[in-house]
Amino acid sequence: MENWRDNRSLFAALMVPPTFWLVLFFTLPLALVWIYSFGERGPQGQTLLAFSFANYARALEWIHLGILFKSLAIAALTTAISLLIGLPVALGIAFAPKRWRGLLLVLVILPFWTNLLIRTYAWIAVLRTTGFVNTGLEGAHGALSALLAGLGWPEALGQFEPLSLLYNQRAVVVGLVYVHLPFLILPVYASLEKLDRSYLEASLDLGAGHWRTLVSVLIPLAWPGIASGALLVFILSLGTFLTPDLLGGTDSIMIGNLIAQQFGPSRDWPFGAAISFLLMYLTFAVLWVRAGYANRQQGQVTV
Amino acid sequence: MPAYRPCFVPFSRRHFLQGGAAVGVSLMAGGTSAWGAETGLNIYNWDTYIGETTLDSFAKKTGIKPRYDLFADNEELYAKLKSGNPGYDLIFPSDYMVELMISTGVIVPLDHGRIPNLTNLNENFTDSSFDPNMKHSVPYMWGTQGFGYRKSKYPNAPTSWSAVFDDAAIGKHSGKIAMLSDNRAVIGGALKYLGHSLNTVDPKEITAAADLILSAKKHYKTFAEDNGQDLLLSREVDLTMEWNGDVVQVMAEDEDLSYLVPAEGAVVWMDNMCVPKDAPNPQNAHAFINHVLDAEVGAEIANTIHYASPNAAAKPLLLTDDLSNPAVYPPDSVIARCEAVIDVGDAARLYDEAWTRIQAG
Repeated sequence: MENWRDNRSLFAALMVPPTFWLVLFFTLPLALVWIYSFGERGPQGQTLLAFSFANYARALEWIHLGILFKSLAIAALTTAISLLIGLPVALGIAFAPKRWRGLLLVLVILPFWTNLLIRTYAWIAVLRTTGFVNTGLEGAHGALSALLAGLGWPEALGQFEPLSLLYNQRAVVVGLVYVHLPFLILPVYASLEKLDRSYLEASLDLGAGHWRTLVSVLIPLAWPGIASGALLVFILSLGTFLTPDLLGGTDSIMIGNLIAQQFGPSRDWPFGAAISFLLMYLTFAVLWVRAGYANRQQGQVTV
Repeated sequence: MPAYRPCFVPFSRRHFLQGGAAVGVSLMAGGTSAWGAETGLNIYNWDTYIGETTLDSFAKKTGIKPRYDLFADNEELYAKLKSGNPGYDLIFPSDYMVELMISTGVIVPLDHGRIPNLTNLNENFTDSSFDPNMKHSVPYMWGTQGFGYRKSKYPNAPTSWSAVFDDAAIGKHSGKIAMLSDNRAVIGGALKYLGHSLNTVDPKEITAAADLILSAKKHYKTFAEDNGQDLLLSREVDLTMEWNGDVVQVMAEDEDLSYLVPAEGAVVWMDNMCVPKDAPNPQNAHAFINHVLDAEVGAEIANTIHYASPNAAAKPLLLTDDLSNPAVYPPDSVIARCEAVIDVGDAARLYDEAWTRIQAG
């Protein structure tokens, strides 16, 4: 490939549209929200420009920090479960016969073709009291009861009590894992696909078992993809608001819901902007740690 | 109507998932021509909230073909208009939003001389607390918030707010109750139960209401995102706090369901027709308001969408099923104790903090 230094004007020309795009649709709106975060809410919910840290002070009150910590915990749990499910799936796809890989990848991406709201509502249909899981269990329970009654134990199982699967924290985590799993599988698959298989053969030839090869060779080599995927899932689920709204119970509020409330019904944009930026600072901190870690790793490689 | 509904969820007004997201458009057609003659009419309304023939009969009567756009909630409507009118002539904000739009100059005073059919209105609705004497707004439809409930589960109808706030009255319904995910509505119900106004700005009263809700929260299944009627229909809950129109919809599907407004009073809502500032065709907007207030046109709208009409002249033409339905027209004695939610200015923060405390607790 040509070195960009050889053709600076062409390079500059090519950079104009993306720069323009980034400034117009990313930097400017973000700057506006940042300015709002120092403002004040007027009596009618207008945003009055000011220079005050009151919104940040309010965002750091215990009640709001409590919601933030809970969101971090839910995002971490979602990421952990996504890793547990996503890693084997990505491995399976990467090591599947070549002609199957395309189809398997399409199956991972397929849910994106349906609106998130619809997919979340589908979970309501699955998990609710009269949902697919409970009616399925009730059917199995009825069949088993009839069988046992026939064998002489008429009351062995008792009355069927539907499980309460919906409107609690577990339902939120289920929904979040479901929605974000592809964001983990795809980057992990990408890094596994590029991986030089001869390393694995070497490891096996030199006497390491399959498990040892997985832990000591494969995972370290696929680590950039694993880290990116996990980070994506973590950041996306940290800011979510739709899933807890629809699947959560009376205490499932997350930081995204709090922000949505400020920009919506509360009409307190300055406070909403301050919480948004608090969340953004946190995200930047995580990315910064990740970048530092990546640099250190690269350093090790060149040494 | 649905005051304080979260702004992101594209629920349609009556039929969830039917209309999809409200269509955001910038309007190009229908501007004022060089001679100042008005050429069109740009209407911005809630989804599924107009008669089947309303627009056509207006076009036939006046030769003006209206353009029709949909919004999902008051907050979206306000966000669209507060930084300048993108070209709408007629909008349908709810009570508290009318008040806010008056104070922020988003809507303009109406010319009553151009709306002779104003005399058709029921006098109960012509002098509201949010806009005395209809200076800026003409009532379009009204309704209430209350309980949708399963009759077979409630041998004695849940006629009081105690059904959701009192441990003894909740009894075996614990865990089978859904509340609305609506700050002012839920706190308002607790305020009514405690004998206060639901528009109070007294921090002590608001705190007491929030404490009451927190103590009863363990009995609630969820704060429903305006889909309480679905929870009721699917037997997820025995009782849900909901907008009357949503419950009417499921009552048609299941005869075991009913609706009532708690005796202590609740939120009464009113949607209104207003003309925004810098409307390209304000005269046509006035003509359309007058058209809607026509007895036959008004009755056709109400009979299509099954909301209560403030149009007294239309009453003889209304469906008797609707007139006798307590979910559409609750008893006057209960209506007398209901209040419209009005904007409480700086006290809004008291409600917001109480609501955050309720949700986090």
